[in-house]
Amino acid sequence: MSEGSGTDAGHHGTGAAPEAGNPAAGAWAAKLWDAVAAGDEPSAVEVVLAALDAGSDTESVLLDVVGAVQARVGAEWAANRLSVAQEHAATAINDRVVAAVGRHAAGARSGPPRGRVTVACVDGEWHALPARLLAQVLSLRGWQVDYLGAQVPTPHLIGHLHRTAPDAVALSASLVTRLPVAHAAVTACQATGTPVIAGGAGFGPDGRYARLLGADAWAPDARSAADRLSRGLPPPVADHQPVDDLPHLADQEYTLVTRSATALVGAVTAGLENRFPAMRDYSEQQRHHTAEDIAHIVDFLGIALYTDDEELFTGFLAWTAGILTARGVPAASLLPALDLLTVELKDFSRALALLAAGRGTVAALVSPPPAAADGPTA
Amino acid sequence: MVVSREPTPYSDVPGGVALDTAPYPVLLLSGNGSLLEASSSARTLLGNLPAGEPDALGDVAPWLARAHRDMVVAGSRPDTDVRGAVGDRSVRARASARTDGSVVWWLLDDTEQRLAEQALRVERERTAFLAEASSKLLASLNVERCMDVTAQEAVRRLADAAVVIGPRSGHRMRFVSCVRDGRPVAGTTGAGPDTLPGLAEALQGFPPVPSRWIDPTSAPDWLVPEGFGPVGSLVVTPLPGHGVPAGALVLLRHGDREVFDEAEEVFARLFAARAGAAVSAARLYAEQASITETLMRELLPPTLKQHGGIEFAGGYRPAGERDRVGGDFYDVHPDAGPDGETLAVLGDVCGKGLEAAVLTGKIRNTLHALLPLAGDHQRLLRLLNQALLTSPHSRFATLVLASARRLGDTVVLRVSSAGHPVPLVIRSDGRVEQARTRGTLIGVLPEVTTTTDTVTLDRGESLVLFSDGIVEARGGPLGNALFGEDRLRAALSACVGMPAEAIVEHVQMLTSQWVGGRRHDDMAVVVVSVPHGARLSMVGGTGRGRYTA
Repeated sequence: MSEGSGTDAGHHGTGAAPEAGNPAAGAWAAKLWDAVAAGDEPSAVEVVLAALDAGSDTESVLLDVVGAVQARVGAEWAANRLSVAQEHAATAINDRVVAAVGRHAAGARSGPPRGRVTVACVDGEWHALPARLLAQVLSLRGWQVDYLGAQVPTPHLIGHLHRTAPDAVALSASLVTRLPVAHAAVTACQATGTPVIAGGAGFGPDGRYARLLGADAWAPDARSAADRLSRGLPPPVADHQPVDDLPHLADQEYTLVTRSATALVGAVTAGLENRFPAMRDYSEQQRHHTAEDIAHIVDFLGIALYTDDEELFTGFLAWTAGILTARGVPAASLLPALDLLTVELKDFSRALALLAAGRGTVAALVSPPPAAADGPTA
Repeated sequence: MVVSREPTPYSDVPGGVALDTAPYPVLLLSGNGSLLEASSSARTLLGNLPAGEPDALGDVAPWLARAHRDMVVAGSRPDTDVRGAVGDRSVRARASARTDGSVVWWLLDDTEQRLAEQALRVERERTAFLAEASSKLLASLNVERCMDVTAQEAVRRLADAAVVIGPRSGHRMRFVSCVRDGRPVAGTTGAGPDTLPGLAEALQGFPPVPSRWIDPTSAPDWLVPEGFGPVGSLVVTPLPGHGVPAGALVLLRHGDREVFDEAEEVFARLFAARAGAAVSAARLYAEQASITETLMRELLPPTLKQHGGIEFAGGYRPAGERDRVGGDFYDVHPDAGPDGETLAVLGDVCGKGLEAAVLTGKIRNTLHALLPLAGDHQRLLRLLNQALLTSPHSRFATLVLASARRLGDTVVLRVSSAGHPVPLVIRSDGRVEQARTRGTLIGVLPEVTTTTDTVTLDRGESLVLFSDGIVEARGGPLGNALFGEDRLRAALSACVGMPAEAIVEHVQMLTSQWVGGRRHDDMAVVVVSVPHGARLSMVGGTGRGRYTA
């Protein structure tokens, strides 16, 4: 496990499969992937410029070539075949590729001038490329676009809305762990009278979290987001109160679990050391990895409490089990950590239900059940 | 009551005086609806109904005649009172049936109550409207949007069309007009405010003027929305601002609509007061935001790019979540020093927030002025130290300078630290080394001493400058561990051959995740890289690569 991802493979939700009518895009995407995977930026730029010179539509190059490659970068990362650093390198190259496409297309707008739209990633969201692709596509389609980039603090976003009064905000989140922040951002944008269209894998493969958090619209990819925006979004419902979306938060479990997250991680780590004396001989690095893995479990437990969505937690654990297996660590090592969390959170009924479901998911994946795991994740 | 105590034949009904003592108007109707008896108060209310004529009541109070017929047919008393109008009065009626088929109707004139209820309903609607309009108006601090909302809300309740006119900017007046069930449309006019009586004063915000009735035929063309038709009535209301003129609201009604009455005009003024407050608050915010933007522009970290085949990238996260600037800064100056060297600077001023940022601005300006001396880091730092010592600010700063130039496929850097965390070098084999430079911080001692290291970078290698906010970031899974230089080195060793932006982003992401939602210091990082690929001149800059002729 490294930084928390969505539960689906490929956390870059804006990337789209090649369009049916454009088989060439698939071939260009394969070439671009080779260049990006090799870290060869000049070749990567050459591939897209060649695609454009061969007559490919600019929007299609952005979405079906660059977007498709970026989706693959995300999928490779989620499958533990790319490190976080490699993912950053690949994304940086793709980012420059988008810039090259943007320069090539400068001034080439199609369609009548449209309104103004702000494109931003929620605070703490580093994956800017899906939002950047959308910004480029909207700009190509005649919108006046203010692209605010990655991790935009909500106060900055709201200040921008007051200054520019756009017709809509397109808000991107690739990580489900950003949902509480996204919720605050959605509500704050709507409070200024600006409707919000949500996008990115963080909002769920079917946009369920966008609906849950009261976004005015959701789109699975940049193309449909642009289509949806062109039909116009209705003004947001006045006086949208965040707590109305999530009445279950009244039980305070999310707040209490999140606030005590570091204490929980400490208690579970200590508990594991008691159960597995071998852990005391772990290196600093191994201890750190163990604590980090537990912190991710607690993070996702918190988000599952926030959204009241059991699948979010069990999906994350199933994904983690897969990664651990790939790393050569038995997935069963997750079970003692879940058990210790169950002891720590004995007064929290929703958290207990989530942990029980999570335990069931991991247990079902571990077959036949091993007699005893060597130690927890490391 | 005598009439209901026992069945009595018609001839025995106490008439005249007895009926007149009843507290309410009373009617006695036969089964077929003709009048048998009426109290004098009933006669006053209904007029002189002729007795014995079944249709007579239907002419005066058809609703009562109908209720009577229904009751005779049903043979029982209706559960509730019936209600209707008699002339301009509102009347409630309650029946008592008699065994001979005749019915006594007790009437109650509730006109005053009805009027009071109606006034209450109107007041409630107006209050609800004002509350809703206020919350819509308060939602935005954008002047145009506030004007849009003002026009939209005005046509929802007050008029068939509304025009919101903003203060003059330049030679033209900006306005927003909206017709009922339409969308607000922005426009400008070159016509002067004196084309509409009362407008000039309203736009000046002085002297205070009440709403004004205008002869509807004198409405200037620019004011009347297209296709609106003849204007029936028109009123100009100033939008009172908070010492800032907010503009004027013009309400228009069609010719076939009734003109504004006094109560409506008072109500329009109440609405205008709210709209004016919102518009002027938005105007003040816009002015402040524009001032901040202008002053801030000089303090924001610059966007870095490639110079002379060397990649530069920088990233900055201020300590305050709401801040955009702080005590860390960086700059890249091309052509500073001998052989076309590019100078990268990263520094850290003691303190946080805007005050520290102002000092970073001074240091950046001073450094800019000293650029011709960038060939000698020691001398440049000495002069900067003297400038800081003589400035009224009592703060000190740490700084690292890196002068880079290309030499064939490599990049040669002169690196000097003045009390700053020592830059790290990422080698192509994944080793991470410290540059060998040490020095005293500046702005404290009369003399500063530094040593300058010379670092040579091959393709795919990078130099990383960072502020102490990076290594001193506290957090991690257990909440209170330092991020530390070891972790930074481990992260950087995975960054061989990566584009400079990717390294910056990688470091920023790792440290941000490390601190999570906790407090942290300003964090800045600048990376100088030799691009991995061969054709250096065609990437990252503004050129188009091999397609550029």
